[in-house]
Amino acid sequence: MIEGVPLSHILVVSSIMFFVGVYGFVTRKNLLTMLISTELILNAVNINFVAFNRYLYPDKMEGHFFSLFIIAIAAAEAAVAIAIFISLYRNLKSIDVEDVDSLKH
Amino acid sequence: MPGLEHTILIPLIPFFAFLVIGLLNKTLSPKVAGMIGITGILASTILAYQVALGYFFSFGQVDGVFQKIIAYKTSWLQFTDSLVIEMGAILDPISAMMLVVITTVSSLVFIYSWGYMKGESGFSRFYAFLSLFSFSMLGLVLATNLFQMYMFWELVGVSSYLLIGFYYDKAAAVAASKKAFIVTRFADLGFLIGILLLSFHTGTFDFQLLTDPNGPAITSVGGATFMGLSVVSLSLLLIFIGGAGKSAMFPLHIWLPDAMEGPTPVSALIHAATMVVAGVYLVARLFPVFAFAAPEALEVVAYIGAFTALFAAVVACTQPDIKRVLAYSTMSQIGYMMLALGVSGFGEDGLGYTASMFHLFTHAFFKALLFLGAGSIIHAVHTNDIFKMGGLRKFMPITHITFLIACLAIAGIPPFAGFFSKDEILAAALVSNKLIFGVGFAVAGLTAFYMFRLYFMVFWNEAKIEGAPHESPSVMTIPLIILAIGSLVAGFVPFNELVTSNGSLLATELHWEVAAPSVAIGLIGIVVAMVMYRKASNLPSKLSSSLGGIYKAAYSKFYIDEVYMFVTKKVIFNLISRPIAWFDRNIIDAFMDMTAKMTNLVSEGIKEMQSGQLHYYAIYFASGAILFVVLMLWMR
Amino acid sequence: MDLLTLHIVVPVLTLIGIAFARNLQQTRTIAAIGMGIQLLQSVNLVFAFLAERRGGNTAEVVFAKSIVWFESLNIRYDIGVDGISVAMILLTSVVIFTGVFASWETKDLYKEFFISLILLAAGVFGFFISLDLFLMFLFFELAVIPMYLLIGIWGSGKKEYAAMKLTLMLMAGSALLVVGILGLYFNSAPGGGQYTFNIIELSKVVFPIELQRFLFPFIFIGFGVIGALFPFHTWSPDGHSSAPTAVSMLHAGVLMKLGGYGCLKVAIYLLPEAANELAWIFLLATGISVIYGALGTIAQKDLKYINAYSSVSHCGLVLFAILMLNKTASNGAVLQMISHGLMTALFFALIGMIYARTKTRIITEMSGILKVMPFLSVCYVIAGLASLGLPGLSGFVAEMTIFVGAFQHQDVFHRVLTIIAVSSIVVTAVYILRVVGMILMGPVKEETYSAFSDATWYEKVATVALIIGIAGIGMAPLWLSDMILNSLDPIISAITGI
Repeated sequence: MIEGVPLSHILVVSSIMFFVGVYGFVTRKNLLTMLISTELILNAVNINFVAFNRYLYPDKMEGHFFSLFIIAIAAAEAAVAIAIFISLYRNLKSIDVEDVDSLKH
Repeated sequence: MPGLEHTILIPLIPFFAFLVIGLLNKTLSPKVAGMIGITGILASTILAYQVALGYFFSFGQVDGVFQKIIAYKTSWLQFTDSLVIEMGAILDPISAMMLVVITTVSSLVFIYSWGYMKGESGFSRFYAFLSLFSFSMLGLVLATNLFQMYMFWELVGVSSYLLIGFYYDKAAAVAASKKAFIVTRFADLGFLIGILLLSFHTGTFDFQLLTDPNGPAITSVGGATFMGLSVVSLSLLLIFIGGAGKSAMFPLHIWLPDAMEGPTPVSALIHAATMVVAGVYLVARLFPVFAFAAPEALEVVAYIGAFTALFAAVVACTQPDIKRVLAYSTMSQIGYMMLALGVSGFGEDGLGYTASMFHLFTHAFFKALLFLGAGSIIHAVHTNDIFKMGGLRKFMPITHITFLIACLAIAGIPPFAGFFSKDEILAAALVSNKLIFGVGFAVAGLTAFYMFRLYFMVFWNEAKIEGAPHESPSVMTIPLIILAIGSLVAGFVPFNELVTSNGSLLATELHWEVAAPSVAIGLIGIVVAMVMYRKASNLPSKLSSSLGGIYKAAYSKFYIDEVYMFVTKKVIFNLISRPIAWFDRNIIDAFMDMTAKMTNLVSEGIKEMQSGQLHYYAIYFASGAILFVVLMLWMR
Repeated sequence: MDLLTLHIVVPVLTLIGIAFARNLQQTRTIAAIGMGIQLLQSVNLVFAFLAERRGGNTAEVVFAKSIVWFESLNIRYDIGVDGISVAMILLTSVVIFTGVFASWETKDLYKEFFISLILLAAGVFGFFISLDLFLMFLFFELAVIPMYLLIGIWGSGKKEYAAMKLTLMLMAGSALLVVGILGLYFNSAPGGGQYTFNIIELSKVVFPIELQRFLFPFIFIGFGVIGALFPFHTWSPDGHSSAPTAVSMLHAGVLMKLGGYGCLKVAIYLLPEAANELAWIFLLATGISVIYGALGTIAQKDLKYINAYSSVSHCGLVLFAILMLNKTASNGAVLQMISHGLMTALFFALIGMIYARTKTRIITEMSGILKVMPFLSVCYVIAGLASLGLPGLSGFVAEMTIFVGAFQHQDVFHRVLTIIAVSSIVVTAVYILRVVGMILMGPVKEETYSAFSDATWYEKVATVALIIGIAGIGMAPLWLSDMILNSLDPIISAITGI
């Protein structure tokens, strides 16, 4: 626990992380970078959970649990996503998101 | 009424015969089937005679007045509290008289057919249908209420349909049967609407209530009116349309001549003696209502009858087919009966009514005889065309004599049956309506002429048939002889004592002032026919060419058939049915399909949004999320 | 187990039995036995019902039973029958029994075929015994869905199109129906308390007239679509002509009757004031469809289309009679449902049998069938005569009851419509005789015809069973008419407000 750091500072950091993530997700064309951007978004949320838990309800643990839960899911998601990227790369010789559009109307 | 319940067996026995023959068609040999049919009708004939004689001479009269007796009744279908269809048997002078006529002619025809139809492939089918017909016709005359009558009315229509189409692989027979059924069905539509109207107005189907002078039908004449007619008159006119259809009155007559495609015994039974007079019977059954509550309707009956009598007689003079001549003659004679009913009054003035029933009675004998005689001739020479016959009197003596008796009877020559009844009809017409009398008088002459034209063409003239035609077997000639005797003596039945409009005796005698001229004009007709047709001559062709257009029109039956064909084929089929079918497929159904197509179109329009590009999805998602957040903030 | 539940249990047991069958012979035997038992217990139900009534039980429904199914929404397994439903159950079991025999020679996917067919029948039985609107709707859908498969897989011609069209149109009807039923449900407790789906309880609720006006079209049209209400009838010709024989039989014979039954027992019974107000609109539509369907039939060439259009006319008469809102006409409507069900099932069965031999359904391509297949032809003539209303066969009883009932109205509007409807009897005669004259009579068309066999034993079972029904009702209609009349009292008194 860092004494004297108000909640708002932490929230600013997490917001910056979130929007960096969103920006990266929308602008990058490389699937891997997009995955990294998602990780950023998820971790921004994690920070929020932990911070709110610590500052608002210090005697409860739900925020921590949720963070742990999200980390686990993010790990699983990364594993699945990277597996998909690899097989995409094998087939398309590219991991550019604009080349991956066979799932459409 | 107790003690008379067995009356209901009179129609039921032939029905059981029909069921047995129909269901066991495969297993019964034709001979056995025929025997079952004949036995059935003979049994009901015996019963019918017993009941009818009993009615007329023992239990029918109370204080000299014939009563309407309900011999049997059971409810069959309930519509409302008062409107109930009952199945039953009514006994009154006309139904008892009809029982005698129908069973007599039926059993003779059943027997005659044994010879006539011998060796035909549908022998047992024929007897099944004949039995069905007898059942329906007997049920019709015994009907206690209008709806029962309507039911049996339809049933006789169907049996007639089945029998006309008996030779079902002949296109003409199929067409004729279809025509007969549809034309009479069309007429029955009028009948049915009439029943609905009358029953709604009076709250009953029951004949006893309807014809009761103090009953609801007669006393409520005032009531609502439609186009200047009271509801009762209107409904009776509609009912008469049904009668006119069945009795082949102009302009619903077109089916009867074509119906001659059926086997000749059928023509004799159904299209001469029994079913076609059902219309007359119907009017007679409702006669008190006609007479008291709907004189306008009765007048229409008279004029339609008179016109048909004349029209058919004229056409009959020109036809070359022996059965068609007889068919037109039947129409003409039924026109007579209708005319007689139409000019009749009730009670004291009821001469026309009695005369009509009398003529119905006598006509059944001589017309059945004529048809069976014609059948005997056709059986021998295998053609219907009278121009191909001739000189047959030497080969077929019994047929010849009996046919001659029938011709004399229909021509109204005393002492044969037709003379008495025709005399009464003309007498009744003379009293009431001079115009109708004139028509009837002219028809009497024409009748004699065309009947003897037929007679001389077939039995005299020069023989055109090769080889020697043989006389029919005795199973066919005996019915002819019996009917010939009937035609001789039927005129002496005292109808004015037995069958009158109000059930009590009607004072009448022979009207010589009418009889003498009508016999004279009959004789003139016979002489003219004799001069023209006894020997081969060119007189007929000269006459027909001098008449020109009229002859041609009459020969083509005044083109009525063509008018009907035009209306049904061209107007109804091509101008109504086809457009409806088209409309259904291309407008209504297309509308339904269009709804589906529109849905499809919309989805085509928006499916581009699913592009497969992850970026776009992210943007849709993000903007959606933002939209919701904004909405939630704004809604607060 | 009670009499009514058995009517669902037996088909379900049959389904299980079929699932274990090894070949076609076993499958159809199990189906025939199952449906035979079903027929017997329906007959038994009729006798039990009549005995109950004779024993003085005047309750609106008898054999009623109620089991809570989904408590929080008060959905219950509410069953019970009145005379109308008993009659319809009998009709259904006759038609499904004969339907099994009519599909005796199904070759492809026979197991699935019989399963779908009997599932459909189970839905119909369930529909007729339910008193709970939710349950009723459930069974209704259960009957409609197998229809899609049956037509889409085993049909002929444009089967995919027909199956899709039929299902979509009926589903659109169901959608309206759901709105109507939920509308009733959520207004079923005006004074507070538990909402209900139960018809009997709903009939005691007085709905405000505005609500009735709003809900009546939903329910009436919702049921009307399946009863071939003009102009929502066009699924019927396509559907019937593409469906396999037994499915056409069941569909025209029974499924279309769900519409009439629902209109009478839900739309009119529960919303009587709106029915009084709005009947004239639907009367016009049905009055037209009676004569319109009949005239449209004349121009058809395909036997199945002919029968489908004549069904539009005859079923139009059912709805027409229901809308007359009086006892006699409603009685006629129920009689007409039964009569038409038997008659049209017979027609479709015969058309299937004739088609199996001649390989064509176009009437101009056939002639002289009477000579080569006398049994089937005679049956066809009997069906035709029933259809054109010959006394002694069921059509006459039904039609005349309708006409007499409809004519009890005093005003010109109802009477003119009645006369228009009555005139359809002539048109019916025209198209029936046209078909009979063209395909049955006349000279034998081709040499090959002589090789045709007449009916086989299972075809005879199917046709004879139906003809017995038609002739039985036609000759002795009083018991049936009485049974129905008694059950109409609650509906009629709802309409007249007594």
